[in-house]
Amino acid sequence: MNRYSIFSLLRNSVNYHQDWQRAWRYPDPKREYDVVIVGGGGHGLATAYYLAKECGITNVAVIEKGWIGGGNTGRNTTIVRSNYLYDESAGIYEHALKLWENLSQDLNYNVMFSPRGLLHLAHNVHDMQEIGRRGNAIRLNGIDSQFLTPAQVKEMVPFINLECRYPVMGALLQPRGGTARHDAVAWGYARAADAMGVDIIQNCEVTGFKIENNTVTGVETSRGSIGAKKVGCVVAGHCSVLADMAGFRLPIESVPLQALVSEPIKPILDCVVMSGSVHAYISQSDKGELVIGAGSDLYNSYSQRGSFDVIEETVGPVVELYPIFSRMKMLRQWGGIVDVTVDRSPILTKTPVNNMFFNCGWGTGGFKATPGSGNVFAHSVARGDMHPIAEPFSMYRFNSGALIDEGAAAAVAH
Amino acid sequence: MLLIECPWCGVRDQTEFHCHGEAHIARPLNPDSLSDEEWGSYVFFRNNPKGLHYERWEHSHGCRRWFNAARDTVTDHIYATYKPGAVKPEIES
Repeated sequence: MNRYSIFSLLRNSVNYHQDWQRAWRYPDPKREYDVVIVGGGGHGLATAYYLAKECGITNVAVIEKGWIGGGNTGRNTTIVRSNYLYDESAGIYEHALKLWENLSQDLNYNVMFSPRGLLHLAHNVHDMQEIGRRGNAIRLNGIDSQFLTPAQVKEMVPFINLECRYPVMGALLQPRGGTARHDAVAWGYARAADAMGVDIIQNCEVTGFKIENNTVTGVETSRGSIGAKKVGCVVAGHCSVLADMAGFRLPIESVPLQALVSEPIKPILDCVVMSGSVHAYISQSDKGELVIGAGSDLYNSYSQRGSFDVIEETVGPVVELYPIFSRMKMLRQWGGIVDVTVDRSPILTKTPVNNMFFNCGWGTGGFKATPGSGNVFAHSVARGDMHPIAEPFSMYRFNSGALIDEGAAAAVAH
Repeated sequence: MLLIECPWCGVRDQTEFHCHGEAHIARPLNPDSLSDEEWGSYVFFRNNPKGLHYERWEHSHGCRRWFNAARDTVTDHIYATYKPGAVKPEIES
Protein backbone atom coordinates (compact mmCIF):
# COMPACT_ATOMS: atom_id res chain seq x y z
CA MET A 1 0.00 0.00 0.00
CA ASN A 2 1.40 3.38 -0.96
CA ARG A 3 1.01 5.72 1.97
CA TYR A 4 -0.89 8.95 1.49
CA SER A 5 1.14 12.02 2.42
CA ILE A 6 1.85 15.53 1.25
CA PHE A 7 4.68 14.08 -0.84
CA SER A 8 2.49 11.48 -2.56
CA LEU A 9 0.00 14.25 -3.28
CA LEU A 10 2.71 16.42 -4.83
CA ARG A 11 4.14 13.49 -6.82
CA ASN A 12 0.75 12.54 -8.21
CA SER A 13 -0.25 16.08 -8.99
CA VAL A 14 2.77 16.29 -11.30
CA ASN A 15 1.35 13.25 -13.17
CA TYR A 16 -2.13 14.77 -13.39
CA HIS A 17 -3.35 12.25 -10.79
CA GLN A 18 -3.16 9.40 -13.31
CA ASP A 19 -1.14 7.01 -11.18
CA TRP A 20 -2.99 6.71 -7.87
CA GLN A 21 -2.99 3.15 -6.63
CA ARG A 22 -6.35 1.45 -6.26
CA ALA A 23 -7.41 1.77 -2.65
CA TRP A 24 -8.29 -1.92 -2.34
CA ARG A 25 -8.29 -5.07 -4.47
CA TYR A 26 -11.27 -6.90 -5.97
CA PRO A 27 -10.30 -10.50 -5.22
CA ASP A 28 -12.25 -13.65 -5.99
CA PRO A 29 -13.23 -15.54 -2.86
CA LYS A 30 -10.82 -18.24 -1.68
CA ARG A 31 -12.09 -21.67 -0.70
CA GLU A 32 -11.68 -21.11 2.98
CA TYR A 33 -10.86 -18.37 5.46
CA ASP A 34 -10.03 -18.32 9.15
CA VAL A 35 -12.73 -15.71 9.65
CA VAL A 36 -15.54 -14.62 7.35
CA ILE A 37 -17.17 -11.32 8.21
CA VAL A 38 -20.65 -10.92 6.74
CA GLY A 39 -21.34 -7.27 6.03
CA GLY A 40 -19.00 -4.69 4.53
CA GLY A 41 -20.18 -1.62 6.38
CA GLY A 42 -18.10 0.39 8.81
CA HIS A 43 -18.46 -2.08 11.69
CA GLY A 44 -17.64 -5.12 9.53
CA LEU A 45 -14.63 -3.51 7.88
CA ALA A 46 -13.41 -2.24 11.25
CA THR A 47 -13.73 -5.77 12.62
CA ALA A 48 -11.60 -7.11 9.76
CA TYR A 49 -9.05 -4.33 10.24
CA TYR A 50 -8.58 -4.99 13.95
CA LEU A 51 -8.53 -8.77 13.38
CA ALA A 52 -5.57 -8.25 11.07
CA LYS A 53 -3.86 -5.50 13.01
CA GLU A 54 -4.31 -6.47 16.64
CA CYS A 55 -5.18 -10.18 16.58
CA GLY A 56 -2.77 -11.37 13.90
CA ILE A 57 -5.52 -12.99 11.82
CA THR A 58 -5.14 -11.89 8.21
CA ASN A 59 -6.81 -14.80 6.42
CA VAL A 60 -10.08 -12.91 6.58
CA ALA A 61 -12.84 -12.16 4.08
CA VAL A 62 -15.41 -9.42 4.30
CA ILE A 63 -18.46 -10.41 2.28
CA GLU A 64 -20.75 -7.63 1.16
CA LYS A 65 -24.06 -7.96 -0.68
CA GLY A 66 -23.73 -4.62 -2.47
CA TRP A 67 -20.78 -2.27 -2.31
CA ILE A 68 -18.85 -1.42 0.84
CA GLY A 69 -20.34 1.38 2.86
CA GLY A 70 -23.48 1.32 0.71
CA GLY A 71 -25.83 0.41 3.53
CA ASN A 72 -26.42 2.29 6.73
CA THR A 73 -22.79 3.44 6.81
CA GLY A 74 -23.73 5.76 3.95
CA ARG A 75 -27.14 6.69 5.33
CA ASN A 76 -26.49 7.96 8.85
CA THR A 77 -26.10 11.55 10.04
CA THR A 78 -22.39 11.09 10.89
CA ILE A 79 -22.65 12.09 14.54
CA VAL A 80 -20.03 10.88 17.01
CA ARG A 81 -20.47 11.09 20.80
CA SER A 82 -20.15 9.01 23.94
CA ASN A 83 -22.56 10.72 26.36
CA TYR A 84 -24.50 7.69 27.54
CA LEU A 85 -26.09 6.98 30.90
CA TYR A 86 -24.98 3.47 31.81
CA ASP A 87 -21.47 2.22 32.58
CA GLU A 88 -21.65 -0.51 29.94
CA SER A 89 -22.58 2.03 27.25
CA ALA A 90 -19.94 4.48 28.43
CA GLY A 91 -17.45 1.62 28.15
CA ILE A 92 -18.05 0.83 24.50
CA TYR A 93 -18.90 4.30 23.18
CA GLU A 94 -15.98 5.99 24.96
CA HIS A 95 -13.67 3.24 23.73
CA ALA A 96 -14.89 4.15 20.25
CA LEU A 97 -14.47 7.89 20.78
CA LYS A 98 -10.85 7.43 21.91
CA LEU A 99 -10.18 5.42 18.73
CA TRP A 100 -11.92 8.11 16.62
CA GLU A 101 -9.48 10.71 17.95
CA ASN A 102 -6.48 9.05 16.27
CA LEU A 103 -8.28 7.18 13.51
CA SER A 104 -7.09 9.25 10.55
CA GLN A 105 -3.45 8.77 11.60
CA ASP A 106 -4.02 5.11 12.41
CA LEU A 107 -5.59 4.33 9.02
CA ASN A 108 -3.49 6.81 7.01
CA TYR A 109 -6.82 8.00 5.65
CA ASN A 110 -8.57 11.26 6.46
CA VAL A 111 -11.88 10.33 8.04
CA MET A 112 -12.50 14.04 8.70
CA PHE A 113 -13.22 13.46 12.38
CA SER A 114 -14.33 16.82 13.67
CA PRO A 115 -14.86 17.08 17.44
CA ARG A 116 -16.84 20.27 17.06
CA GLY A 117 -18.94 19.87 20.20
CA LEU A 118 -22.33 18.32 20.61
CA LEU A 119 -25.28 19.94 22.34
CA HIS A 120 -28.25 18.08 23.71
CA LEU A 121 -31.10 20.53 24.36
CA ALA A 122 -33.56 20.31 27.22
CA HIS A 123 -37.02 21.73 26.55
CA ASN A 124 -38.98 20.94 29.69
CA VAL A 125 -38.62 19.96 33.33
CA HIS A 126 -38.36 16.29 32.50
CA ASP A 127 -35.57 16.97 30.00
CA MET A 128 -33.72 19.01 32.63
CA GLN A 129 -33.95 16.14 35.09
CA GLU A 130 -32.84 13.68 32.42
CA ILE A 131 -29.75 15.67 31.42
CA GLY A 132 -29.01 16.26 35.10
CA ARG A 133 -28.99 12.58 35.84
CA ARG A 134 -27.21 11.57 32.66
CA GLY A 135 -24.73 14.45 32.71
CA ASN A 136 -23.56 13.53 36.19
CA ALA A 137 -23.43 9.83 35.34
CA ILE A 138 -21.25 10.66 32.33
CA ARG A 139 -18.89 12.73 34.47
CA LEU A 140 -18.61 9.91 37.00
CA ASN A 141 -17.42 7.74 34.12
CA GLY A 142 -14.67 10.26 33.39
CA ILE A 143 -16.22 11.46 30.16
CA ASP A 144 -16.51 15.15 29.31
CA SER A 145 -19.91 16.66 29.89
CA GLN A 146 -20.97 20.21 30.73
CA PHE A 147 -24.28 21.80 31.66
CA LEU A 148 -25.13 24.94 29.74
CA THR A 149 -27.61 27.69 30.49
CA PRO A 150 -29.86 29.00 27.71
CA ALA A 151 -27.59 32.04 27.42
CA GLN A 152 -24.58 29.77 26.86
CA VAL A 153 -26.54 27.85 24.22
CA LYS A 154 -27.30 31.17 22.51
CA GLU A 155 -23.58 31.96 22.51
CA MET A 156 -22.84 28.74 20.62
CA VAL A 157 -25.85 28.95 18.31
CA PRO A 158 -26.68 32.67 18.01
CA PHE A 159 -29.67 32.17 15.71
CA ILE A 160 -31.50 29.70 17.91
CA ASN A 161 -34.99 30.69 19.04
CA LEU A 162 -34.92 30.12 22.81
CA GLU A 163 -38.45 31.34 23.52
CA CYS A 164 -40.56 29.28 21.19
CA ARG A 165 -43.07 26.47 21.39
CA TYR A 166 -40.17 24.32 22.58
CA PRO A 167 -38.35 26.68 24.97
CA VAL A 168 -34.69 25.88 25.58
CA MET A 169 -34.21 25.53 29.34
CA GLY A 170 -30.68 24.19 29.28
CA ALA A 171 -28.38 21.82 27.48
CA LEU A 172 -25.77 19.15 27.92
CA LEU A 173 -22.56 19.71 25.99
CA GLN A 174 -20.01 17.07 25.06
CA PRO A 175 -17.10 19.13 23.69
CA ARG A 176 -15.32 16.03 22.30
CA GLY A 177 -18.39 14.95 20.34
CA GLY A 178 -18.83 15.91 16.71
CA THR A 179 -18.95 14.39 13.27
CA ALA A 180 -16.87 12.30 10.88
CA ARG A 181 -17.08 11.61 7.16
CA HIS A 182 -19.08 8.37 7.02
CA ASP A 183 -17.96 7.17 3.57
CA ALA A 184 -14.32 7.82 4.42
CA VAL A 185 -14.64 5.59 7.48
CA ALA A 186 -15.65 2.62 5.33
CA TRP A 187 -13.05 3.41 2.69
CA GLY A 188 -10.27 4.00 5.22
CA TYR A 189 -10.91 0.74 7.06
CA ALA A 190 -11.26 -1.15 3.76
CA ARG A 191 -7.98 0.19 2.40
CA ALA A 192 -6.06 -0.47 5.60
CA ALA A 193 -7.53 -3.96 6.05
CA ASP A 194 -6.91 -4.83 2.40
CA ALA A 195 -3.27 -3.78 2.77
CA MET A 196 -2.85 -6.38 5.51
CA GLY A 197 -4.29 -9.15 3.33
CA VAL A 198 -8.01 -9.05 4.09
CA ASP A 199 -10.12 -9.96 1.05
CA ILE A 200 -13.02 -7.58 0.51
CA ILE A 201 -15.57 -9.35 -1.66
CA GLN A 202 -18.33 -7.11 -2.95
CA ASN A 203 -21.53 -8.00 -4.81
CA CYS A 204 -21.60 -11.27 -2.94
CA GLU A 205 -24.78 -12.04 -1.04
CA VAL A 206 -24.93 -14.59 1.75
CA THR A 207 -27.77 -17.02 1.07
CA GLY A 208 -27.19 -19.51 3.86
CA PHE A 209 -24.78 -21.01 6.36
CA LYS A 210 -23.10 -24.39 6.42
CA ILE A 211 -23.66 -25.76 9.89
CA GLU A 212 -22.45 -29.19 11.02
CA ASN A 213 -22.95 -30.51 14.56
CA ASN A 214 -24.23 -27.09 15.56
CA THR A 215 -20.92 -25.55 14.44
CA VAL A 216 -20.64 -23.19 11.51
CA THR A 217 -18.20 -24.32 8.82
CA GLY A 218 -18.88 -21.84 6.07
CA VAL A 219 -21.25 -19.56 4.23
CA GLU A 220 -23.24 -20.12 1.06
CA THR A 221 -23.13 -17.07 -1.17
CA SER A 222 -24.25 -15.87 -4.57
CA ARG A 223 -20.62 -16.49 -5.63
CA GLY A 224 -20.45 -20.01 -4.31
CA SER A 225 -19.63 -21.74 -1.09
CA ILE A 226 -16.92 -20.28 1.15
CA GLY A 227 -15.47 -22.21 4.06
CA ALA A 228 -14.92 -20.46 7.37
CA LYS A 229 -13.52 -21.51 10.72
CA LYS A 230 -15.40 -18.63 12.32
CA VAL A 231 -18.17 -16.35 11.08
CA GLY A 232 -18.93 -12.86 12.34
CA CYS A 233 -22.21 -11.33 11.18
CA VAL A 234 -22.04 -7.56 11.24
CA VAL A 235 -25.09 -6.43 9.32
CA ALA A 236 -27.51 -3.61 9.91
CA GLY A 237 -31.10 -3.97 8.80
CA HIS A 238 -30.90 -7.69 8.09
CA CYS A 239 -29.59 -9.40 11.21
CA SER A 240 -32.89 -11.20 11.82
CA VAL A 241 -32.79 -12.52 8.25
CA LEU A 242 -29.28 -13.91 8.80
CA ALA A 243 -30.21 -15.33 12.21
CA ASP A 244 -33.18 -17.03 10.56
CA MET A 245 -30.79 -18.70 8.09
CA ALA A 246 -28.77 -19.96 11.04
CA GLY A 247 -31.86 -21.24 12.80
CA PHE A 248 -32.38 -18.90 15.76
CA ARG A 249 -34.21 -15.69 16.56
CA LEU A 250 -32.98 -12.33 17.85
CA PRO A 251 -34.69 -9.85 20.19
CA ILE A 252 -34.84 -7.35 17.36
CA GLU A 253 -37.34 -5.55 15.17
CA SER A 254 -36.36 -3.69 12.01
CA VAL A 255 -37.80 -0.25 11.29
CA PRO A 256 -37.05 2.58 8.84
CA LEU A 257 -35.14 5.61 10.08
CA GLN A 258 -35.04 8.73 7.94
CA ALA A 259 -32.69 11.63 7.38
CA LEU A 260 -32.55 14.58 5.04
CA VAL A 261 -30.05 17.19 3.86
CA SER A 262 -30.54 20.71 2.61
CA GLU A 263 -28.94 22.66 -0.17
CA PRO A 264 -25.39 23.72 0.81
CA ILE A 265 -25.01 27.11 2.47
CA LYS A 266 -22.14 29.08 3.97
CA PRO A 267 -20.91 27.93 7.40
CA ILE A 268 -23.45 28.90 10.03
CA LEU A 269 -23.68 26.00 12.49
CA ASP A 270 -20.36 24.87 13.93
CA CYS A 271 -21.59 22.27 16.40
CA VAL A 272 -24.07 19.41 16.48
CA VAL A 273 -27.41 20.18 18.12
CA MET A 274 -29.63 17.33 19.26
CA SER A 275 -33.07 17.73 20.62
CA GLY A 276 -34.50 14.47 21.82
CA SER A 277 -37.92 15.46 23.03
CA VAL A 278 -38.90 17.18 19.78
CA HIS A 279 -37.31 14.60 17.48
CA ALA A 280 -34.82 16.85 15.72
CA TYR A 281 -31.11 16.83 15.39
CA ILE A 282 -29.07 18.95 13.10
CA SER A 283 -25.52 19.67 12.04
CA GLN A 284 -23.80 21.21 9.06
CA SER A 285 -21.54 19.12 6.86
CA ASP A 286 -18.23 20.45 5.61
CA LYS A 287 -19.89 20.75 2.19
CA GLY A 288 -22.34 23.18 3.78
CA GLU A 289 -25.47 21.06 3.78
CA LEU A 290 -27.63 20.96 6.87
CA VAL A 291 -27.88 17.33 7.92
CA ILE A 292 -31.13 16.59 9.74
CA GLY A 293 -31.95 13.34 11.46
CA ALA A 294 -35.60 12.36 11.69
CA GLY A 295 -37.39 9.79 13.77
CA SER A 296 -38.12 6.18 12.99
CA ASP A 297 -41.37 4.69 11.81
CA LEU A 298 -42.98 2.60 14.49
CA TYR A 299 -43.75 -0.51 12.47
CA ASN A 300 -41.52 -3.27 11.10
CA SER A 301 -40.26 -2.62 7.61
CA TYR A 302 -37.52 -3.57 5.19
CA SER A 303 -38.73 -1.12 2.56
CA GLN A 304 -35.91 1.44 3.06
CA ARG A 305 -38.40 4.27 2.98
CA GLY A 306 -40.23 6.00 5.78
CA SER A 307 -43.47 7.88 6.21
CA PHE A 308 -43.93 11.52 5.25
CA ASP A 309 -45.49 12.39 8.60
CA VAL A 310 -42.20 11.49 10.31
CA ILE A 311 -40.39 14.05 8.15
CA GLU A 312 -43.03 16.64 8.97
CA GLU A 313 -42.68 15.96 12.69
CA THR A 314 -38.95 16.60 12.42
CA VAL A 315 -38.93 19.61 10.13
CA GLY A 316 -41.62 21.39 12.19
CA PRO A 317 -39.49 21.68 15.36
CA VAL A 318 -36.37 22.48 13.31
CA VAL A 319 -38.13 25.50 11.80
CA GLU A 320 -39.51 26.47 15.21
CA LEU A 321 -36.09 26.33 16.87
CA TYR A 322 -34.19 27.81 13.92
CA PRO A 323 -36.52 30.19 12.04
CA ILE A 324 -33.54 31.22 9.90
CA PHE A 325 -33.75 27.81 8.18
CA SER A 326 -37.44 28.12 7.32
CA ARG A 327 -36.83 28.80 3.63
CA MET A 328 -34.10 26.22 3.13
CA LYS A 329 -34.70 23.73 0.36
CA MET A 330 -34.17 20.09 1.18
CA LEU A 331 -32.16 18.34 -1.51
CA ARG A 332 -32.30 14.71 -0.47
CA GLN A 333 -34.31 12.56 1.89
CA TRP A 334 -33.81 8.86 2.48
CA GLY A 335 -34.49 5.99 4.81
CA GLY A 336 -32.41 3.13 6.11
CA ILE A 337 -33.49 0.04 7.98
CA VAL A 338 -32.29 -0.07 11.57
CA ASP A 339 -32.36 -3.11 13.84
CA VAL A 340 -33.79 -2.01 17.15
CA THR A 341 -33.60 -3.85 20.45
CA VAL A 342 -36.04 -3.26 23.27
CA ASP A 343 -33.40 -1.67 25.52
CA ARG A 344 -31.89 0.42 22.69
CA SER A 345 -28.47 -1.11 23.28
CA PRO A 346 -26.60 -3.17 20.70
CA ILE A 347 -25.99 -6.90 20.63
CA LEU A 348 -22.43 -8.24 20.49
CA THR A 349 -22.72 -11.88 21.22
CA LYS A 350 -21.93 -15.53 20.88
CA THR A 351 -24.89 -17.35 19.39
CA PRO A 352 -26.57 -20.75 19.71
CA VAL A 353 -24.34 -21.85 16.79
CA ASN A 354 -20.70 -22.52 17.71
CA ASN A 355 -18.06 -20.26 16.14
CA MET A 356 -20.75 -17.88 14.92
CA PHE A 357 -20.82 -14.38 16.38
CA PHE A 358 -23.24 -11.51 15.86
CA ASN A 359 -22.60 -7.77 16.12
CA CYS A 360 -25.92 -6.09 15.45
CA GLY A 361 -28.87 -4.24 16.90
CA TRP A 362 -27.17 -0.85 16.87
CA GLY A 363 -30.56 0.64 16.17
CA THR A 364 -30.70 4.33 15.42
CA GLY A 365 -27.14 5.18 16.46
CA GLY A 366 -24.40 2.77 15.42
CA PHE A 367 -22.13 5.00 13.37
CA LYS A 368 -20.51 6.66 16.39
CA ALA A 369 -19.44 3.28 17.74
CA THR A 370 -17.81 2.01 14.54
CA PRO A 371 -14.16 1.85 15.70
CA GLY A 372 -14.94 0.58 19.21
CA SER A 373 -17.47 -1.95 18.00
CA GLY A 374 -15.10 -3.33 15.39
CA ASN A 375 -12.23 -3.37 17.87
CA VAL A 376 -13.91 -5.31 20.68
CA PHE A 377 -15.77 -7.58 18.25
CA ALA A 378 -12.49 -8.49 16.51
CA HIS A 379 -10.94 -9.46 19.84
CA SER A 380 -14.07 -11.43 20.75
CA VAL A 381 -14.07 -13.39 17.49
CA ALA A 382 -10.31 -14.01 17.69
CA ARG A 383 -10.47 -15.29 21.29
CA GLY A 384 -13.73 -17.14 20.85
CA ASP A 385 -14.89 -15.39 23.99
CA MET A 386 -16.40 -11.97 24.37
CA HIS A 387 -14.13 -8.98 25.11
CA PRO A 388 -14.90 -7.50 28.58
CA ILE A 389 -16.34 -4.33 27.00
CA ALA A 390 -18.61 -6.42 24.74
CA GLU A 391 -19.60 -8.96 27.38
CA PRO A 392 -22.64 -7.09 28.80
CA PHE A 393 -24.14 -6.78 25.29
CA SER A 394 -24.86 -10.50 24.91
CA MET A 395 -28.15 -11.53 23.30
CA TYR A 396 -28.74 -13.64 26.41
CA ARG A 397 -29.26 -10.53 28.54
CA PHE A 398 -32.84 -10.70 27.30
CA ASN A 399 -33.16 -14.01 29.10
CA SER A 400 -31.32 -13.05 32.29
CA GLY A 401 -32.99 -9.65 32.52
CA ALA A 402 -29.71 -7.69 32.67
CA LEU A 403 -30.88 -5.13 30.13
CA ILE A 404 -28.93 -1.96 29.39
CA ASP A 405 -31.92 0.31 29.20
CA GLU A 406 -30.36 3.19 27.35
CA GLY A 407 -32.87 5.95 26.66
CA ALA A 408 -29.97 8.08 25.44
CA ALA A 409 -29.16 5.68 22.64
CA ALA A 410 -30.59 8.02 20.05
CA ALA A 411 -31.52 11.65 19.99
CA VAL A 412 -35.04 10.61 19.09
CA ALA A 413 -37.58 9.90 21.77
CA HIS A 414 -38.68 6.30 21.97
CA MET B 1 -48.07 6.87 3.93
CA LEU B 2 -50.25 3.79 4.23
CA LEU B 3 -54.00 3.52 3.96
CA ILE B 4 -55.19 1.01 6.52
CA GLU B 5 -58.59 -0.58 6.71
CA CYS B 6 -59.85 -0.65 10.28
CA PRO B 7 -62.24 -3.62 10.55
CA TRP B 8 -64.69 -1.33 12.36
CA CYS B 9 -64.22 2.09 10.70
CA GLY B 10 -63.09 1.34 7.16
CA VAL B 11 -60.13 2.79 5.30
CA ARG B 12 -58.25 5.50 7.19
CA ASP B 13 -54.91 7.26 7.06
CA GLN B 14 -51.94 5.57 8.72
CA THR B 15 -51.38 8.53 11.06
CA GLU B 16 -54.54 7.49 12.93
CA PHE B 17 -52.96 4.16 13.85
CA HIS B 18 -50.22 2.74 16.01
CA CYS B 19 -48.51 -0.56 15.36
CA HIS B 20 -47.88 -2.83 18.34
CA GLY B 21 -45.64 -5.47 16.83
CA GLU B 22 -45.94 -9.13 16.05
CA ALA B 23 -49.40 -10.69 16.43
CA HIS B 24 -50.52 -14.15 17.55
CA ILE B 25 -48.04 -14.44 20.41
CA ALA B 26 -49.93 -16.32 23.06
CA ARG B 27 -49.22 -15.44 26.66
CA PRO B 28 -47.94 -18.56 28.43
CA LEU B 29 -50.54 -20.17 30.64
CA ASN B 30 -47.94 -21.30 33.17
CA PRO B 31 -45.68 -18.27 33.78
CA ASP B 32 -44.55 -19.62 37.17
CA SER B 33 -42.91 -22.67 35.64
CA LEU B 34 -41.22 -21.00 32.64
CA SER B 35 -37.45 -21.02 32.40
CA ASP B 36 -35.55 -17.75 31.77
CA GLU B 37 -35.09 -18.86 28.18
CA GLU B 38 -38.79 -19.42 27.63
CA TRP B 39 -39.82 -16.21 29.38
CA GLY B 40 -37.22 -14.10 27.52
CA SER B 41 -38.28 -15.68 24.27
CA TYR B 42 -41.93 -14.81 24.93
CA VAL B 43 -41.23 -11.22 25.98
CA PHE B 44 -38.40 -10.10 23.71
CA PHE B 45 -37.54 -12.46 20.84
CA ARG B 46 -39.39 -11.84 17.57
CA ASN B 47 -39.60 -13.34 14.09
CA ASN B 48 -39.01 -9.97 12.37
CA PRO B 49 -39.48 -11.46 8.87
CA LYS B 50 -38.58 -9.84 5.57
CA GLY B 51 -41.88 -10.36 3.78
CA LEU B 52 -45.22 -11.45 5.20
CA HIS B 53 -45.73 -10.23 8.76
CA TYR B 54 -48.74 -10.66 11.03
CA GLU B 55 -48.95 -7.71 13.37
CA ARG B 56 -51.18 -5.90 15.82
CA TRP B 57 -52.48 -2.40 15.13
CA GLU B 58 -54.51 -0.01 17.21
CA HIS B 59 -56.82 2.61 15.73
CA SER B 60 -55.53 4.96 18.43
CA HIS B 61 -56.84 8.22 16.96
CA GLY B 62 -60.10 6.65 15.83
CA CYS B 63 -62.27 4.03 17.47
CA ARG B 64 -59.31 3.03 19.72
CA ARG B 65 -59.94 -0.63 19.06
CA TRP B 66 -57.24 -3.17 18.26
CA PHE B 67 -57.04 -5.46 15.26
CA ASN B 68 -54.55 -7.57 13.34
CA ALA B 69 -53.04 -7.03 9.92
CA ALA B 70 -51.12 -9.19 7.48
CA ARG B 71 -48.62 -6.90 5.75
CA ASP B 72 -45.57 -7.37 3.56
CA THR B 73 -42.63 -5.64 5.26
CA VAL B 74 -40.83 -5.05 1.96
CA THR B 75 -43.63 -3.68 -0.20
CA ASP B 76 -45.92 -2.45 2.62
CA HIS B 77 -48.80 -4.19 0.85
CA ILE B 78 -51.54 -4.98 3.36
CA TYR B 79 -53.08 -8.33 2.46
CA ALA B 80 -55.77 -8.29 5.10
CA THR B 81 -56.93 -6.72 8.33
CA TYR B 82 -59.06 -8.72 10.72
CA LYS B 83 -60.55 -8.52 14.17
CA PRO B 84 -58.75 -9.93 17.21
CA GLY B 85 -59.80 -13.48 17.82
CA ALA B 86 -60.44 -14.09 14.14
CA VAL B 87 -58.56 -16.94 12.54
CA LYS B 88 -55.18 -15.93 11.12
CA PRO B 89 -55.67 -15.80 7.34
CA GLU B 90 -53.41 -18.02 5.26
CA ILE B 91 -51.70 -15.85 2.69
CA GLU B 92 -49.45 -16.87 -0.14
CA SER B 93 -46.81 -14.19 -0.43
